[in-house]
Amino acid sequence: MSPESHAGHALAPVRTSLEPTAETAPAAPAADAFEAARLALLRDLQLAFRKRSQLIQPLAFFAMVTLLFPLAVSPELSRLRELAPGVLWVGALLASLLAVEFLFRDDAYDGTLEQYALSGQSLTALMFAKTLAHWLLTGFPLALMAPLAALSLGVSASALPGIVAAVAVGSVTLSLIGSIGAVLIFGARATELAIHGAPAHAPLELLAALAVLGTTLAPLAAAAAVRISLE
Amino acid sequence: MADQTLEVENLHLWRGEHHVLRGVHFALARGACLEVCGANGSGKTTLLRTLCGLIYPEDGRVLWNGENVRRDLRAFHAALAYLGHEPPLKSDLTARENLHYWIGIRRQLSAEELTAALARVGALSFCERQVRTLSAGQRRRVALAGIALLAVPLWLLDEPVTNLDAEGRELVAGLIGEQLARGGMVVAAVHQGLPPSVRNLTRLELAA
Repeated sequence: MSPESHAGHALAPVRTSLEPTAETAPAAPAADAFEAARLALLRDLQLAFRKRSQLIQPLAFFAMVTLLFPLAVSPELSRLRELAPGVLWVGALLASLLAVEFLFRDDAYDGTLEQYALSGQSLTALMFAKTLAHWLLTGFPLALMAPLAALSLGVSASALPGIVAAVAVGSVTLSLIGSIGAVLIFGARATELAIHGAPAHAPLELLAALAVLGTTLAPLAAAAAVRISLE
Repeated sequence: MADQTLEVENLHLWRGEHHVLRGVHFALARGACLEVCGANGSGKTTLLRTLCGLIYPEDGRVLWNGENVRRDLRAFHAALAYLGHEPPLKSDLTARENLHYWIGIRRQLSAEELTAALARVGALSFCERQVRTLSAGQRRRVALAGIALLAVPLWLLDEPVTNLDAEGRELVAGLIGEQLARGGMVVAAVHQGLPPSVRNLTRLELAA
């Protein structure tokens, strides 16, 4: 370590009495990617239950949008039934986006994302864990709430299982924010078919395909986005 | 492990029109500490973030054990601990829970080790409280416990003594001393300088 001088900075030894002595202590065994993802998931879930207002806000938002919609438009059932798929899906999308913001904003501010990027673990695996946490905290409860919202929009009870399935599967992709536009199209279509009592297999399968595609690609994209945002 | 080195060759970085890093050049061997000094805005934080690979420099390279860190960034990250100027703690979790998740994501960690690390930084009395109720100095102590727990050869610390009282600053000096004694390396950005008890120190002065 020779003292050197360069344009813009200077290097100088200050106190050099101590010699490095002992061998490096044996490194602690690293956590594997699965353990890292498990802890990242648990951290987000525990945080959500500590901060219940953030947990409830997106769900309350969804409930308000879908329950107040009939009051705002018209109580005429045939008309509501026509609008129901769009209302359900736009409500689910906005609720989902609201929760995404909660999920990433704090991590970006307090340096958690930085620590994730520097953890030596797969950032993709950690982003997958965050996405799973997001779905468990929003998509899953939204699917459970969907029947209530659908009933208030005049949808018949026989259509409810189809709607629950569509929201549950479609919200996976909403969580992955892979292709929001496509989710809206196919999600609304599946919901519409379910309402009319027609078989909704085809759009449901498309939704599932998007969810699978998103699951493989979105965490990669999220990891890249985090790296860029940290620069 | 015997010949661990961190070498930095001719780093150049621009931020828009501003030439922040102008050919930064140094080498650090086992058991050595580099103190990065300079006024506010002289690029101390930028240098640390460039070293750990968060920022791409326009020119120059960082070598870890003689290898460009860009070739295997994850392996390099597994060997380093970075502490930014905000402790990476969740205010809604307790100090202990924070370390459990933050450190557990990187290495296997027993409850005893965690307790010992909290005791080392004098945080046992408040480790079960939510971080939102802790003072800035207490948070920094918890973060330092985390850095020590990572048990990695290279520490990159941004203003480690900020917000700490005299005893806290000596604690930082002690932790750095232990890291150097076990053959680790420390790069610390400090505008006031590290406590005088830190030995084997080289100073890098960044001009504004």
